[in-house]
Amino acid sequence: MPRLSYRRALTRALADEMTRDESVFLLGEDIRVAAAGVTTGLLKKFGPERVLDTPLSEQAFTSFATGAALAGARPVIEFQIPSLLFLVFEQIVNHAHKFPLMTGGQCAVPVTYLVPGSGSRTGWAGQHSDHPYGLFAHVGVTTVVPATPADAYGLLVSAIRCDDPVVVFAPAGALDVRADVTDLAPVPLGRGVVRRPGADVTVVAVGHLVHDALAVAEELAGQVSVEVFDPRTLYPFDWDGLLDSVSRTGRLVVVDDSNRSCGIAGEIIATVVEHVPLAAPPRRVTRPDGAVLPFAPALDRAVQPGRDQLTAAIQLTVKDG
Amino acid sequence: MTGPDPAGLYRTVRLIRRFEERAIELVDAGEIVGGIHPYLGQEGVAAGVCAALGPGDLVTGTHRGHGHVLAKGADPARMLAELCGRVTGLNRGRGGSMHAADLGVGVLGANAIVGAAGAILTGAVWARRRRGDDVVGATFFGDGAVNEGMLLEAFNLAALWRVPVLFVCENNGYATTMPVEGAVAGTIAGRAAAFGMPATAVDGQDPEQVRAVTAAAVARMRAGGGPELVEARTYRFDAHHTFEHRVRLDYRPPEEVAAARRRDPVLIQGDRLPAEVRAAVDAEVEATLAAAVDFALAGPAPDPATALDHLYASGLTARTGGG
Repeated sequence: MPRLSYRRALTRALADEMTRDESVFLLGEDIRVAAAGVTTGLLKKFGPERVLDTPLSEQAFTSFATGAALAGARPVIEFQIPSLLFLVFEQIVNHAHKFPLMTGGQCAVPVTYLVPGSGSRTGWAGQHSDHPYGLFAHVGVTTVVPATPADAYGLLVSAIRCDDPVVVFAPAGALDVRADVTDLAPVPLGRGVVRRPGADVTVVAVGHLVHDALAVAEELAGQVSVEVFDPRTLYPFDWDGLLDSVSRTGRLVVVDDSNRSCGIAGEIIATVVEHVPLAAPPRRVTRPDGAVLPFAPALDRAVQPGRDQLTAAIQLTVKDG
Repeated sequence: MTGPDPAGLYRTVRLIRRFEERAIELVDAGEIVGGIHPYLGQEGVAAGVCAALGPGDLVTGTHRGHGHVLAKGADPARMLAELCGRVTGLNRGRGGSMHAADLGVGVLGANAIVGAAGAILTGAVWARRRRGDDVVGATFFGDGAVNEGMLLEAFNLAALWRVPVLFVCENNGYATTMPVEGAVAGTIAGRAAAFGMPATAVDGQDPEQVRAVTAAAVARMRAGGGPELVEARTYRFDAHHTFEHRVRLDYRPPEEVAAARRRDPVLIQGDRLPAEVRAAVDAEVEATLAAAVDFALAGPAPDPATALDHLYASGLTARTGGG
């Protein structure tokens, strides 16, 4: 059975979609030499018109992609640093996202924003370690955070085929995950998956934290039966899938590597309690409010949600009722 | 585009002028909610530039965008209906004055963020040419936009990749109330020079001159010459926004406004026509706009239940906010 890395799954998705659809092209900084290891081999295969190295002009090339999409292309932008999304938030949110409604349905803006290496990469400090998926979910831009190689492939393919703007966050903590993959297929946007069935508590884990949640569930096996729910897409969210899980377990813990205030974890909890009576108060494990990741490795780790915190939150939730 | 068409140019400036005047009446009557940014005085720029473009060429504009959209060929009746927020409007009542778009005539949209439209147009023209279409584009922006980083990044991309985009700076002397002398270090043409782009200054009050300069630039661009900049020196006769009709903002000397009004593009172009031709155009424009007002006011208001229609091209529906 072939082993496939998450990073190479992204490459496969790009290559397959570029082969399938002539209107797909890539742009971004240093992508011709595949500085992030995602576009490896694509320049040779598709040429410089479809693997377009850009100057350091994030705002302009993000809107350039919007214009290209308005003209019928399907651009995929690779961002080398997650925090660059702050710089182009305006171009994505105020233009690409709004054009279909503002034009009364005259246009579509099918741009994919791919962020390989989102979140902490350890030692990259304050301006290179954000994981701003919650911002895009909040404004209603389709937001995807794959956890596994098969999902990295399948969700990126679906993002490229989607007629709306889609941000694909590939967490740094997941890029080196490898898995046995038999067949690669598109994964529908907005559909979550139960990674591990359980009876006592539903843990919602986002991105690379799915792997931490599975490890914690395994450690707790025998004491607590933990169900791990991977939403895969944060907007639109698979509320039916999650409510089904929590209806069975009656308890909820969310682990989310983004800031606490106004974060996606709060939205998940709010929606669940609107619909399902819980046996115990729900809990969330997140970065602190307003977090900026410090440089020193021990400080960096201290700010990210960890397995110990998740374990404690699960145990408290089960103890509560 | 073929040679000069004095009557056609006159019709366009006259149409924009009367459209704006009728729109201000509808603002005052409460039919256009939110007001407009009048293009009065600047009509020669849109008319001259669009006269030198072909029907398949692309345009993006600004919040002061009515003139660009009309000059490129959008239906004045549907444009006015859009301003009135009717489902019969160009954007089905979803865009309004600042976002009027008509992709069918190559108008990719007015844009309410200053300096934002240049990069969008650059990408659109690039993508169309990559597909083999022989298109060029023109993007309109004000003097205030030359201080926006995104526009300067777009200059660089277009010049670097030789995308045939005409960057049309409508220098009307004021960014809202900020005089250009107080805002622009260096010169507007100097911005273009920094990126290796040819720049031409033109009297924006003279539609023929704008058309001629644009036609020459478009010919060079179609021949592979890369992007260019035109600085059209013009003047806004009226307020920055109709909001100013209700508040008193003191930033332009009355004698400056009066002097500018004597160089009126409608009069300059109109004087080039025989009186009877001009009268016939005037009558035709009046009839067109009378019909446009009737059409706009007769259009139904959108059903509130459809407020988020078109939010997602993929067909995704959003959760509601209530309950």
